[in-house]
Amino acid sequence: MTYPESYRYTREHEWVHLEGDTATVGITFHAQEELGDIVYVDLPKVGTKLEKGKSFGSVESVKAVSDVYVPIGGEVTAINEDLIASPQKLNEDPHGSAWLIKLKIADGGEMESLLTPAQYQSYAGAEH
Amino acid sequence: MQASTLKRTPLNDVHRAAGAKMVDFGGWEMPVQYSGLVDEHHAVRTAVGLFDVSHMGEIEVRGPEALKLIDYVSTNAATRLKTGQAQYSGLLYEHGGFVDDILVHKVADDSFFICVNASNQEKDFEHIRDNNKFDCEVEFASPKYAQIAIQGPKALEVAQTLTSTVLAAIKYYWFADGTFAGVPARIARTGYTGEDGFEIYVAPELAAATWNAIMEAGKPVGIKPAGLGARNTLRLESRMALYGHEIGASITPFEADLAWIVKLDKDDFIGSAALRKQFETGITRKLTGFEMRGRGIGRDGYEVLVNGKSAGWVTSGSPSPALNKNIGLCYLPVEHANPGVKIEIVIRNQPVEAETVLTPFYKRVK
Repeated sequence: MTYPESYRYTREHEWVHLEGDTATVGITFHAQEELGDIVYVDLPKVGTKLEKGKSFGSVESVKAVSDVYVPIGGEVTAINEDLIASPQKLNEDPHGSAWLIKLKIADGGEMESLLTPAQYQSYAGAEH
Repeated sequence: MQASTLKRTPLNDVHRAAGAKMVDFGGWEMPVQYSGLVDEHHAVRTAVGLFDVSHMGEIEVRGPEALKLIDYVSTNAATRLKTGQAQYSGLLYEHGGFVDDILVHKVADDSFFICVNASNQEKDFEHIRDNNKFDCEVEFASPKYAQIAIQGPKALEVAQTLTSTVLAAIKYYWFADGTFAGVPARIARTGYTGEDGFEIYVAPELAAATWNAIMEAGKPVGIKPAGLGARNTLRLESRMALYGHEIGASITPFEADLAWIVKLDKDDFIGSAALRKQFETGITRKLTGFEMRGRGIGRDGYEVLVNGKSAGWVTSGSPSPALNKNIGLCYLPVEHANPGVKIEIVIRNQPVEAETVLTPFYKRVK
């Protein structure tokens, strides 16, 4: 699995793709693989203001529920409605069409604490 | 946890080679899934799946008074067992709570074989041994056995290609000792999935060869290795209890809706005084099935509300792959423990609508 070079990653297994002041947020390939068959996704409402590090929703597989955390603070401008009806898409294309939310970010500086693809993969691989 | 501190079954390498995702399950490194939980679940419901359950424990009781000991430590009537028959039963404390749920097999008039839960095996062995005031011996036999479960509507067809024992002649909850895939085996028509199938006990050093032979024999019907994830959703749909969830030291068989494994008309057994008393006074809470009506999954340990007030807890909850619903089991005050009661499950601080339903959720067509 490829971890896009332009994305940044968290230790809680989210990814962020920043374009201008819009951040697209999803969960990593590793995260969906750990969870298994995903059956339920809970996302915030558009307009919600999110603070870095706080839980903004959850992703559930048949066997477990996992919170997802805000990788960079901002206001929700879009949620991926497709995932509400078809949560299994998170297993199919976690780094692409199965993004979770888009944020209008406040402080691009918050990106600096996030992991590069190489750092994340070494972290996720060493987690066991 | 360090991988090296986890106990391993003799099939550990086989699972790794098959690409299984291994997890810590009560101190055992076990496969939770291979191709995917839902895929494996459907394989068992529609064709056949293969489980490594070698982590389960075995205890053997032998001697002139073996039956007396079994009858004294268990809730069901072991005296009614015929040679070659198996029986689901409870091992209780004096206060009526569960030490464990067990499967008693009668090997001979003076020999019994008990299959117990993996994480309880040492405790169960000590409990039985410490209560042995009879002329018999109790052996911790787990190291002598690996256990492989072949489960699903095609289990009989696949398993029959590997043995000269006529499997169709083994009735549900009976067993036979014979040769399976060329090795000595105990072949029991039992399981934990709600499907037809067999649990096969072999010597640990023969487990890998037996497993591989079954996988090969099952190829034509699409056999799949299945992990503990599918095992849990399968048993939940079939409403089979899981120790630590539906049953435990603070739960009695009557509360767990397992009155059928309690025979109060037999001689005194450990826990019988407490159960007789509870039988007279009645229970205050009872295990009940539910289905989610609102969006969300009621999971193990979540609080249950009735009329907005805290009333119980979820023991097991999961999406049901066979029914495409979110199902679960919970403890409720006995006056609410009937089908059709509107309840709420507190999911991440939000009450979500659910309704009590009849169980089992899934029943195979025989």
